[in-house]
Amino acid sequence: MDITTTYLGLNLSSPIVPSAGPLSTDIGNIKQMEDAGAGAAVIYSMFEEQIENESLEFYHHETAHTESHAEALSYFPQSPDFKIGPDEYLEHIRKAKDAVNIPIIASLNGKSLGGWVDYAKKIQEAGADALELNIYRLATDIKSSGQDVEKNYIEIVKAVKSSITIPVAVKLGPFFSSITWMADQISKAGAEGLVLFNRFYQPDIDLERLEVVPNVLLSTPMDMRLPLRWIAILYGRVNADLAATSGIYNEKDVLKMIMAGAKVTQMLSSLLKFGINHISDVTTQLIYWMETNEYKSIDQMRGSMSYKNVADPSQFERANYMKVLNSYK
Amino acid sequence: MDRKKVTIDGNEAAAYVAYQTNEVIAIYPITPSSNMGEWCDAWSAVGKKNIWDEVPSVSELQSEGGASGSVHGALQNGALTTTFTASQGLLLMIPNMFKIAGELTSTVFHVSARSLAAQALSIFGDHSDVMSTRSTGFAMLASNSVQEVMDCALIAQAATLESRIPFLHFFDGFRTSHEVMKIEQLTTEDIRNMIDDDLVIAHRKRALTPEHPVLRGTAQNPDVYFQGRETVNKYYNECPDIVQKHMDKFAKLIGRQYHLFDYVGAADAERVIVIMGSGAGAVEETIDYLTSKNEKVGVLKVRLYRPFSIDHFINALPKTTKVISVLDRTKEPGASGEPLYLDVVNAVSERFNNGDLPFAYPKIIGGRYGLSSKEFTPAMVKAVFENMSKGLNADKKEKPKNHFTIGINDDVTNTSLEFDPSFNVEAPETFRGKFYGLGADGTVGANKNSIKIIGEGTNFYAQGYFVYDSKKSGSTTISHLRFGPKEIRSTYLVDKANFIACHQPNFLEKMNLLEDAVEGATFLLNTIIPKEQVWDSLPEKIQQELIAKKMKFYVIDAYKVAGDTGMGQRINTIMQTCFFAISKILPKDEAIEMIKKAIKKTYGAKGDKIVQMNFNAVDQTLANLFEVELPTSATSKHQFLPTVSENAPDFVKNVLSPMIAGKGDLIPVSKMPIDGTYPTATAMWEKRNIALEVPVFDPEVCIQCNKCVAVCPHATIRVKIYDESLLVNAPETFKHMKFKGKDYGEGLAYTIQVAVEDCTGCGICVDICPAKNKKETKLKAINMMPQLPLKEQERANWDFFLTLPEVDRRLVATSAIKDSQFLQPLFEFSGACSGCGETPYVKLVSQLFGDRSVIANATGCSSIYGGNLPTTPWAKNKDGRGPAWSNSLFEDNAEFGLGFRLAIDKHAGQAANILKRLSSEVGAELVDSILTADQKSETGIYDQRERVEILKQKLNELLIAGGNGKSGDIKHLQSLLDYLVKKSVWIMGGDGWAYDIGYGGLDHVIASGKNVNILVLDTEVYSNTGGQMSKSTPRGAVAKFAAGGKPLAKKDLGLMAMSYGNVYVAKVAMGANDAQTVKAFIEAEAYDGPSLIIAYSHCIAHGIDMAKGMQNQKAAVDSGHWQLYRYNPELTTEGKNPFKLESKAPKIPLKDYAYLETRYKMLTKSDPVEAEKLMVTAQQDVLDKWKVYEQLAASPKEEIKK
Repeated sequence: MDITTTYLGLNLSSPIVPSAGPLSTDIGNIKQMEDAGAGAAVIYSMFEEQIENESLEFYHHETAHTESHAEALSYFPQSPDFKIGPDEYLEHIRKAKDAVNIPIIASLNGKSLGGWVDYAKKIQEAGADALELNIYRLATDIKSSGQDVEKNYIEIVKAVKSSITIPVAVKLGPFFSSITWMADQISKAGAEGLVLFNRFYQPDIDLERLEVVPNVLLSTPMDMRLPLRWIAILYGRVNADLAATSGIYNEKDVLKMIMAGAKVTQMLSSLLKFGINHISDVTTQLIYWMETNEYKSIDQMRGSMSYKNVADPSQFERANYMKVLNSYK
Repeated sequence: MDRKKVTIDGNEAAAYVAYQTNEVIAIYPITPSSNMGEWCDAWSAVGKKNIWDEVPSVSELQSEGGASGSVHGALQNGALTTTFTASQGLLLMIPNMFKIAGELTSTVFHVSARSLAAQALSIFGDHSDVMSTRSTGFAMLASNSVQEVMDCALIAQAATLESRIPFLHFFDGFRTSHEVMKIEQLTTEDIRNMIDDDLVIAHRKRALTPEHPVLRGTAQNPDVYFQGRETVNKYYNECPDIVQKHMDKFAKLIGRQYHLFDYVGAADAERVIVIMGSGAGAVEETIDYLTSKNEKVGVLKVRLYRPFSIDHFINALPKTTKVISVLDRTKEPGASGEPLYLDVVNAVSERFNNGDLPFAYPKIIGGRYGLSSKEFTPAMVKAVFENMSKGLNADKKEKPKNHFTIGINDDVTNTSLEFDPSFNVEAPETFRGKFYGLGADGTVGANKNSIKIIGEGTNFYAQGYFVYDSKKSGSTTISHLRFGPKEIRSTYLVDKANFIACHQPNFLEKMNLLEDAVEGATFLLNTIIPKEQVWDSLPEKIQQELIAKKMKFYVIDAYKVAGDTGMGQRINTIMQTCFFAISKILPKDEAIEMIKKAIKKTYGAKGDKIVQMNFNAVDQTLANLFEVELPTSATSKHQFLPTVSENAPDFVKNVLSPMIAGKGDLIPVSKMPIDGTYPTATAMWEKRNIALEVPVFDPEVCIQCNKCVAVCPHATIRVKIYDESLLVNAPETFKHMKFKGKDYGEGLAYTIQVAVEDCTGCGICVDICPAKNKKETKLKAINMMPQLPLKEQERANWDFFLTLPEVDRRLVATSAIKDSQFLQPLFEFSGACSGCGETPYVKLVSQLFGDRSVIANATGCSSIYGGNLPTTPWAKNKDGRGPAWSNSLFEDNAEFGLGFRLAIDKHAGQAANILKRLSSEVGAELVDSILTADQKSETGIYDQRERVEILKQKLNELLIAGGNGKSGDIKHLQSLLDYLVKKSVWIMGGDGWAYDIGYGGLDHVIASGKNVNILVLDTEVYSNTGGQMSKSTPRGAVAKFAAGGKPLAKKDLGLMAMSYGNVYVAKVAMGANDAQTVKAFIEAEAYDGPSLIIAYSHCIAHGIDMAKGMQNQKAAVDSGHWQLYRYNPELTTEGKNPFKLESKAPKIPLKDYAYLETRYKMLTKSDPVEAEKLMVTAQQDVLDKWKVYEQLAASPKEEIKK
């Protein structure tokens, strides 16, 4: 059974790819992903803001109380060579590349345009096969228009693309007035791939302490419906590979996404829940389903259920939504 | 050879040579020598090698005694070994120094000479410590400047190997150890050339080895000990020539010639000063000036003080010498003269008696100068020469003053010489700058960078010296910088400045910063006031100075630039850029390039963001720097703020106030307490106004938990409950609410009041406050607001608050945290760090037991914020009662406190015995009620005080009536009456004391069974000396002397103490469980035996947000790193398990706590693999320890008995 695929110009042995997340902080886990049959691995995100904050934090604590008292001009030993900055992440990419044969896709979240470009270059130099740009900007500024936000995304993609040669995918959130237009623009800016969709932290309120608290929830199988629809709509209409992420738990989810038009399906929550070997189980089931249903390859089915190729594309449009509502009455 | 020029301080210069010429280094922190050990530890951690291509082994010991023991051991085993120390630390080495010298062992101890603690501790420089080692047999070599430190460290090392005499190489603490100076660095080749490997091998061959066994260290009897002691004579006789030989060799190799005694001055000098140490610089400078006026003066600089070579000394003096003044930087009370003076008298006398004195017997005068880094200036040198003039002509009526002092006003025994402070000899081409800053703003760091830039980027000589005040929060720093084409020998502060910078505008309100400015000087002010309005904001005196001295005046709003560029409060880079732009020491563009280069070098490893941030600050500075044109006359009407209130007691006004104002040098001897005894409750008069923001109470939200009061490190948040009727006189803005409790009566009002002028603005109160505003949850019952607009209003509110009565202690359920906070703190407004984790515990002791406690305080942070002048925080209640406090040493605090107990018990027993004898006179009922009084509660103590008061009156009456033949007993009893009321002995200190240097004593004291209460303020490092590792430091944490992370687990002091069975032990963390903390303190004090409380104290040395220190405490407990428990031996007698485990099983991984703190986190950046390894092991430590404690807690008493 041929389950190979291509993604961002890379040849992958399987469409199942672990997405950026905590599992990839451990090189052993990445190796296990490869052993379980993953087609590639997207490494956890490097956050420019986090690097900056860390740098500022060390700077503050190392200098805050120095040269203030005759008996204690400092409170820490003479700093040896600290590896503050992207070094730790870049080293991780290098180690991952050394450890496995599957493509390693780095993930980057920048803050400034300079930061995006600078870190993208460093990631390329570290040996990553591709780069996923984890762009998110919550437009909390009331003066910032939708156009401003979109423009910013496109600027980042253009800047990064003009500075590196490895392929670039952009992980998008679903909150655009026109996802199709946005996807098209990003692909025109040079991105070779689109990852749909980024799930953002949804803060919660702690009633006891009256505090806003971060709330990390794993995706559920229902979450796949949103990317499913948009991948189906975008398939064949934008010049970029589509990657599905959110709520992909089993072989059926994988099949659906591929039929909608995805080149790869990224998994994280299910791996956190069932372990990395879940990749192997899903792969086995995928092959079994394809054999049972007499498919030869996943290429054969890709996009077969897309907006472009289904009998009734309006099923993917607003009417469909209305109909669903009606079905509850 | 063109050697590298470096800009370093004396400590680094000494360490540079010591590290390269030794194999084993044993260290222990003590100011001002700690940095030498720190340098060696840091170099060793990165694998730097010595001249034999080996990385020296650097080990921290538990005390200087321990360090010297290990040095002795390593030497006996043939390793080239060194150590660094000062002051009482050196005294702890004396026993081993006798041994090392007796055994003719080659070594060099490098000492940054420091005052000894006598009537008071002082960290500053003089020769009291090194002079105390004169009889040990160590050779003593003095260095007078940073360059000499590096040179003489090497000469000493070379000489010790050849002479076999151990050397004490010393230089002045702070003045030389901390002075930053541009010097020529010796190369490794230079060092190799000076050290003879054959001598090294000879040293090694004397090692103890079973291959060639010998026995060294015998016990000798009267028959031979004496002869044995005399065997070394020839080595001492030869030593001076050996030293000179190596000085000559050094001169040949490197070019700088030293002699055992170096004479400088007129060849025909009649008046010669003999001096040792940095003061020689000021003398030399003065002599240059005086000889240019044809005065016949000179100075003899003593380098090799021991063995004292009379021949070399006499030969070095000009043959024309008529009067010699010997200046000693030490005091030996009761001696016929100070040591150097006596040596000189003896040298001259011996040669005279031998008949070969090459000149007529001179007049020899001795004088003392510079104790505890007291300034020693050319003005003083001139006065010394003038005093000598009186001895030139024997017929003169006026005789020179002998045994004089210079630099102070001794108006009691009139020893002091008068001097004219305006006399100045500094080269006009030397740039002299004074920079006033705050510790937190980076001023000193920036100035050190400037010195490096100028020193290493130009041909100028450069010198920097830095003065810090004694507070650990809001401390003022003054940087004294000199640059110029001429060699700088000015070993004193800048007092004629041509550049003055004020980095903190509020300093201008307090003192005349321009007093020392010369005509035409430049003044740079950082201020938020726009340049158009700044003139009107200046005090009248400052305006007058600017005009009268025709100064140039520049302003910058550095806070704005810092804010715009993300620098926060760090205005260092900005002010540095201003300095270079205005002073024009370097061309502007060149200076900016060099500043940026320095930034890159300093912060490169901290990340691009930091570098860029600093670059931006540099770039934005010049656009915000303006010159202010001066009007022709002063227009301001406002004056400097008074230092202390008019209502302050006379002692505060006359003695402490000048110290606060920086005029302590002018206080005469007559005003000083004769025996180091000072009044308490003086911090309340020093209104420091250092907080930019202060907490403000919101009665609408407050739930009256009093947690903010409990955690306040400076006792600036207070709570009172009082009769509502008292509010009739309250200021309009005084806040209050109805008291919600019923235990103290009806109709009570409740107020939380902040002393905004004493607050340090740490915000820990806000962090702990559990109450939130229901409409706006970002607000709590306590919120930080700008201090300035509130100052006047809250000053009035505070004054009113103080008039409200304190709670009746008998009503307070002290074991509850909330109620305990109604008790008046008798420890307030200390100089501790903002957000200090120790002081809330110290304050709690003062609240619970302060009116009856005597405190023995180990040297360390708590003795500094508790007892450093000018003002001190231990306070008194309205009855005049409060803690009596004393500090003995670092190493003996437990024993010191035990002494308190022994004396108190003796006095109490004696009082009881006399009372019994006076039973018939006083009345049996009163006697019985006093002797059998239950004093376990506040009521019991109150009642006993009442009884003692009655007794006091009765005794007075009895005495008036003739005493019934028992006047002796009555008088004795009168002097012992106070001991009939229970006294609480508290022994406090940090972990450096309790776990390390004082552990032996602490162990003995808890084993004594005596009723003492020991409070260990556990910061897990030596905080006061800058964060060195102690045995309390946890595994995986980075500390000085553990740069690679502490590899071993923290010592379990509590478990060790529990093993005795009779010791009350508690481990507490206020931020995790304040109720348990209070219970532990109450129980410990009530327990009639030794008690030990180990209190988790967050600290700036942890690298944390101090406002959230209590959260760190909680995380420490949640992770299981810090367990909470109480072990009460009294429960055993009730058949119960004495051990109560009061924290829950670890509920977060250790790393979730540890990585909140820089001390752990930094290892993940410097050595991630080691960090991971240590964290895994440390996590296992936690789990293992938890099992042990769980088992202890689960064991029924019977099982424990088995």
